[in-house]
Amino acid sequence: MKRLPITPLVAAVPLAVVAVFVVGAQWLAPDATTQDIYTGVTPPGTDGHLFGTDQLGRDIWQLSIAGAGSAVIGPIVIAIGSMMLGLLLGTLAGYIGGGLDLVLSKYADLLLALPTTLIALVVAGLVDGGYWVTVLVLLVLFSPTDIRIARGAVMAQATRPYIESARVLQLSRTRIMFRHILPNVLPIALATMLLNVAFALVAMSALSFLGFGVGPGTPDWGRQLSDGRDLIGQNWGAVVVPGLLIIITAAAINLMGDWLQERFEQRGAQR
Amino acid sequence: MARFIAVRLAATLLLLLALSFIVFGLLHLTPGDPARNLLGPRNPSPEALAAIREKYRLDEPFLRQYFLWLNDVLHFRFGTSIRSDTPVTTLLADRVVLTLQLALMSFVLTVAVGVPLGIAAAWRAGSLFDRTVSVSSVIGVGAPSYAVGLVLLYVFGVWLEIFPVYGSGDGGLDTWWHLVLPAITLAFGIGALAFKVTRTAVASELQQDYVAFAYSRGLTHSQVRALVLRNALIPVATSLGLVFGFLFGGTILVEVTFALSGIGGLLASSVTFKDIPVVQAITLITAAVIALTALAVDVLYYAVDPRVRQRGLR
Repeated sequence: MKRLPITPLVAAVPLAVVAVFVVGAQWLAPDATTQDIYTGVTPPGTDGHLFGTDQLGRDIWQLSIAGAGSAVIGPIVIAIGSMMLGLLLGTLAGYIGGGLDLVLSKYADLLLALPTTLIALVVAGLVDGGYWVTVLVLLVLFSPTDIRIARGAVMAQATRPYIESARVLQLSRTRIMFRHILPNVLPIALATMLLNVAFALVAMSALSFLGFGVGPGTPDWGRQLSDGRDLIGQNWGAVVVPGLLIIITAAAINLMGDWLQERFEQRGAQR
Repeated sequence: MARFIAVRLAATLLLLLALSFIVFGLLHLTPGDPARNLLGPRNPSPEALAAIREKYRLDEPFLRQYFLWLNDVLHFRFGTSIRSDTPVTTLLADRVVLTLQLALMSFVLTVAVGVPLGIAAAWRAGSLFDRTVSVSSVIGVGAPSYAVGLVLLYVFGVWLEIFPVYGSGDGGLDTWWHLVLPAITLAFGIGALAFKVTRTAVASELQQDYVAFAYSRGLTHSQVRALVLRNALIPVATSLGLVFGFLFGGTILVEVTFALSGIGGLLASSVTFKDIPVVQAITLITAAVIALTALAVDVLYYAVDPRVRQRGLR
């Protein structure tokens, strides 16, 4: 199926906006956490508050800009970390094989069979470690998919003629693995990583929606949603703005990752 | 066949064993003294602490504690809730029906919408219709249920006032009516997944040689369609079985979003309250349901599709 190249362009726009939010939060939203308890909740359009204020009188729009950071940074760390773990273990399993492969594959199978959201919720919630513990828990739970993908890609590469020539040239195993196989696995890894960012974003925000993850008072889309749920009758902005931000960001990353994955798969098939 | 089932069964049992170990470990993973955690926020007397140590065998070695706990769990003794001081099994029994209703309703929605759309899209692969629905499904798969739920809640509950906003109603038809928005929310992501699976299955079946052969023999469009569907729907049916497992897990967020008093909502609030016996029971039961569904699906797949039987699964 051939898609118009419009897809990645359309997806890039919201991602660029979110990136600007993350980098420029302190200039774009200087008053994000300024409280005004006397005013409290106001509907959109009141007193220069484009999307109104929440129960603490904080400006919804500025709060949402400030929340972009915690919504995106953790998921990026999760995706990169779990892919590094996946590439390392997957390459070892795929190229060396044998007993090591068996152990690593069984480990990945075990983690893969666990219901991710459930375990993340229970562990992160009970341990109460805050943002970075949640990131770590999700990183570990995300790694098995990456191990499998890396392992599969490495095994597909290992039978190619160029690897055979490298072996004939008596290059060391480490060198073949990391200098020759790894670069060819990277495109698929990149696409998977992007898709993982989207999954992690949804999962992290879900946890903070349930009250775990970020501390109270921190600007965060998931937390805004759970606060906003009780204000839905008084200010729709409190729910709709962070809600749409999560949906649009996740969708844009997914579209981008999906498009990349399809492109790389096509390129692989043509060779 | 028997060998295959035995292997899969052994793997599932191992998985559940590993899981039970993690779940048991939760008690010790939670910061603080387990005995105090089990007594909740009250300031405990030394007698109460001693009693709880005795009851949960906290002075025994870790592994012995685990095996004794496992024995209890296998006899469906999940202990007493810290928060409400009622047996965990009673708590669960009160709530399981609502969660099952919710899961069933969104499962029906998923099948009724996702599968036909998938077939139609594969049939017209590359058309504007196909591309539109495919892109929407990418968005749907990634869309977080709680955000979708709250937006739906605002539009249909608060703004248009068509559906009730919170709670699970007064039983009977009223409860079903209260579950419409939650079920749609839950079906949104899972329906998109069902669409993707169906589309891929039908599209890859359409590429098979027998399809070209059937056309060249002069079979009509609808005759070929019937052939293709019969073959494509086997993988679809099995992955729908897996979807049912995910559905069960997905109810947590939807129940919290819509303030429904089901198992998922109970889990979320129990984690907040550190009501460890309840958390352990729900985690273990949900994971067991998911693992057993996966097992059933695998066996069913193996039994139904002769191609799999020949190749051997994995």
